[in-house]
Amino acid sequence: MDALLRARLLHLALFISLLLSVLSHASSQELQIVNAERRIDLTSHIIKVYLTLKVENIGASPASEVNLAFSPSEVEHLAVVKAAATTGKKKKRTYVPLDVKSSEQPAGPNGTKYFTIILSNPLSKGETATLEVLYILTRSLEPFPAEISQSESQLVYYRDSAILLSPYHVKQQTTFIKTPSTRVESFTVVEPTKRASTEIKYGPYDNQTPYTYAPILVHFENNNPFAVVEELEREIEISHWGNLQVTERYSLVHAGARHKGVFSRVDYQTKQGNIGVSSFKHLLARLPPRVHSVYYRDGIGNISSSRLRTDFLKSELLIEPRYPLFGGWKSTFVIGYGVPVEDFLFESPDGGRYLNFTFGCPLADTVVDKLLVKVVLPEGSKDPKAVVSFPVEQRLETKYSYLDVVGRTVVVLEKRNAVPEHNIPFQVHYSFNPIFMLAEPLMLVTAFFFFFVAAVSYLHLDLSIRK
Amino acid sequence: MAGKAESLNGTVKSGSNQSGPAAMQASAFKADLSNMISLKSFKLKTKQQELLIRVSILLLVYVLAFITRLFSVLRYESMIHEFDPYFNYRTTLFLTEKGFYEFWNWFDSESWYPLGRIIGGTLYPGLMVTAALIYWLMRFLRFAVHIREVCVLTAPFFASNTTLVAYFFGKEIWDSGAGLVAAALIAICPGYISRSVAGSYDNEGVAIFALLLTFYLFVKAVNTGSLAWSLASAFGYFYMVSAWGGYVFIINLIPLYVLVLLITGRYSMRLYVAYNCMYILGMLLAMQIRFVGFQHVQSGEHMAAMGVFFLIQVFYFLDWVRHALADAKLFEAFLRITVTTAVSFGAIALGVGTASGYISPWTGRFYSLLDPTYAKDHIPIIASVSEHQPTAWSSFMFDFHILLFFFPAGLYFCFKRLSDATIFIVMYGLTSMYFAGVMVRLILVATPAVCLISAIAVSATVKNLAQLVRAKSKAVQSGSSKGTSTAKGSSKGLVDQSQPFQRNGAIVLLLGAFYLLSRYATHCTWVTSEAYSSPSIVLAARGAHGNRVIFDDYREAYYWLRQNTPPDAKVMSWWDYGYQITAMGNRTVIVDNNTWNNTHIATVGRAMSSYEDEAYEIMRSLDVDYVLVVFGGVTGYSSDDINKFLWMVRIGGGVFPVIKEPDYLVNGEYRVDKGAAPKMLNCLMYKLCYYRFGELTTEYGKPPGYDRARGVEIGNKDVKLEYLEEAFTTQNWIVRIYKVKPPKNRW
Repeated sequence: MDALLRARLLHLALFISLLLSVLSHASSQELQIVNAERRIDLTSHIIKVYLTLKVENIGASPASEVNLAFSPSEVEHLAVVKAAATTGKKKKRTYVPLDVKSSEQPAGPNGTKYFTIILSNPLSKGETATLEVLYILTRSLEPFPAEISQSESQLVYYRDSAILLSPYHVKQQTTFIKTPSTRVESFTVVEPTKRASTEIKYGPYDNQTPYTYAPILVHFENNNPFAVVEELEREIEISHWGNLQVTERYSLVHAGARHKGVFSRVDYQTKQGNIGVSSFKHLLARLPPRVHSVYYRDGIGNISSSRLRTDFLKSELLIEPRYPLFGGWKSTFVIGYGVPVEDFLFESPDGGRYLNFTFGCPLADTVVDKLLVKVVLPEGSKDPKAVVSFPVEQRLETKYSYLDVVGRTVVVLEKRNAVPEHNIPFQVHYSFNPIFMLAEPLMLVTAFFFFFVAAVSYLHLDLSIRK
Repeated sequence: MAGKAESLNGTVKSGSNQSGPAAMQASAFKADLSNMISLKSFKLKTKQQELLIRVSILLLVYVLAFITRLFSVLRYESMIHEFDPYFNYRTTLFLTEKGFYEFWNWFDSESWYPLGRIIGGTLYPGLMVTAALIYWLMRFLRFAVHIREVCVLTAPFFASNTTLVAYFFGKEIWDSGAGLVAAALIAICPGYISRSVAGSYDNEGVAIFALLLTFYLFVKAVNTGSLAWSLASAFGYFYMVSAWGGYVFIINLIPLYVLVLLITGRYSMRLYVAYNCMYILGMLLAMQIRFVGFQHVQSGEHMAAMGVFFLIQVFYFLDWVRHALADAKLFEAFLRITVTTAVSFGAIALGVGTASGYISPWTGRFYSLLDPTYAKDHIPIIASVSEHQPTAWSSFMFDFHILLFFFPAGLYFCFKRLSDATIFIVMYGLTSMYFAGVMVRLILVATPAVCLISAIAVSATVKNLAQLVRAKSKAVQSGSSKGTSTAKGSSKGLVDQSQPFQRNGAIVLLLGAFYLLSRYATHCTWVTSEAYSSPSIVLAARGAHGNRVIFDDYREAYYWLRQNTPPDAKVMSWWDYGYQITAMGNRTVIVDNNTWNNTHIATVGRAMSSYEDEAYEIMRSLDVDYVLVVFGGVTGYSSDDINKFLWMVRIGGGVFPVIKEPDYLVNGEYRVDKGAAPKMLNCLMYKLCYYRFGELTTEYGKPPGYDRARGVEIGNKDVKLEYLEEAFTTQNWIVRIYKVKPPKNRW
């Protein structure tokens, strides 16, 4: 109780300081938010926030950009920000996706960072627009207690503000928080606040000044697998002979509350359902259709516990790590498979070729801290160019594989903090002369030819010094 | 009946006579149709044709030797097997990553905590260097192979090479036919396959190749008296020394062989050149291996070679003196004086050397070879290893099959045609057979000899029979095939008396021989696929519906250790699992399969067989963080720690007399049920294996806590642990890992 009180006092102090700092900043306001509705989905460890904003231009000049504000801790864990403009009502509603980019304008009060939505039609004076924003936060649930035993279930903290952090004046707003189960240990009350089964409702709040911040803390049960891939390296090797070999190296960790004390197999086996509820023992990987030669292994050999189901649209690989993963436990493994190259490699109109493959991690409901996508182009290909619809770091490497002389060009794409929303196609364009396909077979033929020539000449030469 | 057979034969004979002249020049009755065709179309000479057949047979045998060893990869996967190979794999990995210099100076702090182990100085690097060289060569040729694949396939590759050596060896001691048969026999002989399947990445894999190569080169050197061959055999010996401790067999067998030749009056200049060159150069080269070093001139096992070396000098000297001295009487006196002096001098040198400690006495392993009961009484750690047990008859039958019957026959042929080379193979065969009888694992050493000698038997028999069958008529054959062999000559005499009946008999015998050989092939394939291809890391069993159930618990546990324990955690387990834990779990172990420190192992044995509080003291003093036990009670896996437990007691008791074996037995009987000894029911090993096992129902219709490996209900179902806690248990309970709790706060 004492802690809660102290937390509230702290929040109050923060609140006041925010208000003060805002007053000096609020001069350049041209927009205001008429209505904001925020739905925070806390059911898995990937937090999805759906934000509906009704924006009105109250300034003189037309506005083409709308800023979204995020606190520094949110920016750190922000994986995706997407926005769409909606027009029409109810059933006739249409969505027009809009560009969102990280804003370069200086940070606001208390290190607030901005993302800018660029409107397709500038908003003239007095007009309103409805924007749908989705942003995804990862690793933002803090397990508390931080260590649990096998029989306990996992409780986590979620921190946010009851009032939308916004650089604009907000006339009316509501926030809904959805928890995975009805078990909520505690939540901060910012009147009016209501809780009904798995939903907590904050608001409505009227006429909030810009940068108002009302910290809330929700403590609730979340037993969903906190599967985090600390590093994923996907290597896609193109062979023009007909195969696309994909090798994915995972280092997986259970990022939830750390397991403490005993792991009892007898409890785990006999009392399934209420023992080790936050642990997970299998994961589902969605692979492309027509996969073949799928393997699943790790540093010390094959892992025999996996199931593959294939159909025309997708393949599903259900993998089971060697042991069930409890909080803090790690596992590394490799999944590899081949797919027919004609499904993914195309000829572009300008004569070059391009690979069209899915970015992101094939495991369902996982966060990837560091994702490396390496596209190994065939030997002799030139001018590689990657096209990805979100910002990634790019570089080139060289790899030597079977019978390579000059090495293969590798396009490396690096992305931090990737979520399933990043599983969208990307393209790598390059040019390739088919004559290079024959280089390696010819090399082998030549080598064998010279070997036989050497053997024949050895048999026919008399090398003895005695005559 | 006889008449009918005769007339039948007569028609066959006349038939062959009619078509005879046309095909006469081919003269190969056995050669198959395709060769006849090739003969006609390509106009190959008989000699070329023979070469073609020989090379293609060898090639097929080479391939066969390789692919028959791939059963393990097909049945399971491309993985390293068993225990020692994991150490070899780990060191090879180190070698390829860090280079030879680092490898040679490697001090491994991950094993034998807190003592550590000087890896570079305590291992035979031949295998690792070989694999690393193959790996580097493949990489250089731009084959992007993984080092694991190289290690897995090293043994089959060298087994293939061994068949080539066997061919040349057989050719050297008998003829090329015997060589071919020897190559074919050794390619699939289970005694050899047991140690050279894909994944069995152990020293023996390359050592048998090196052993046979050294012997072959030495025999070649003795036969030719050529310096080049004996130099080659010295290098072969060097390779053998670098690869396996079994080189002691070579360095004792060759002197013994030389001694026998000297005694039987077969001393020659050829022998002198071969042995001196081989011994001196071989010794110098062998001393370069750090693990051998000065042992080669100082330890008791190597003294025989040195003695024979001096003896052969005396022989040479005497030979020279005999030539120089015309007087036979004077020479006899001289001989007496020289021999007496030499022998007494040698004896004194040996005595002084032994007394002053310059010459180290024989090691326990060597003793246990000469006296099979020695280890049982004195060194329990050697006796506890299953592969060091005396061989059962059944395993001879299992590993050699019909070769066991061909072997004496081959010996007969060898004695029949005695030469330097056959004396060698006879000695090799007899001594190695003795060693094979003493220790199960030494069947491996006997295998090449058995294969070679059996090959002589098979080849000679088949050749004689075939000659009988091919004999068109006395007149044609008698001229050409006279002095080929004495055995043939004797059978020839019988042929003359009743040839038609003989021919039928010969055909029947030939068919019988082929039947036996085909049985051999079937048996070998069956043994390879069923018995010798299991990696013993992954266990496979048949499920209730005939499906294959895989128990992958070992790797589950090791991988758990690797991923979820602190990197500097120390794991205590029985020494069997030490190599696997360091290689797969990448964690420090207290003891491992390199059983160099008996006291350390005994300490672990003592901890396992003490009460928990006493064991806790020992574990604290060894800084143990985790204890790993292997338990088969749920799956019925019988080679688990409870079944090995008595050895822990014995080894522990050998050093620490507080541990007494009778405390764990009831009326001399080892049991784990209610009637078990109280100390047994409360010792650490029992507690760790059966912790909370009493709550589990393992088999339908049996009470909870029913141990399926031993078929009893356990005696102590209420196991409480005070100083340890369960950290991990694998899916089928085969491996259980416990964490040692930190000491309690004093306040």
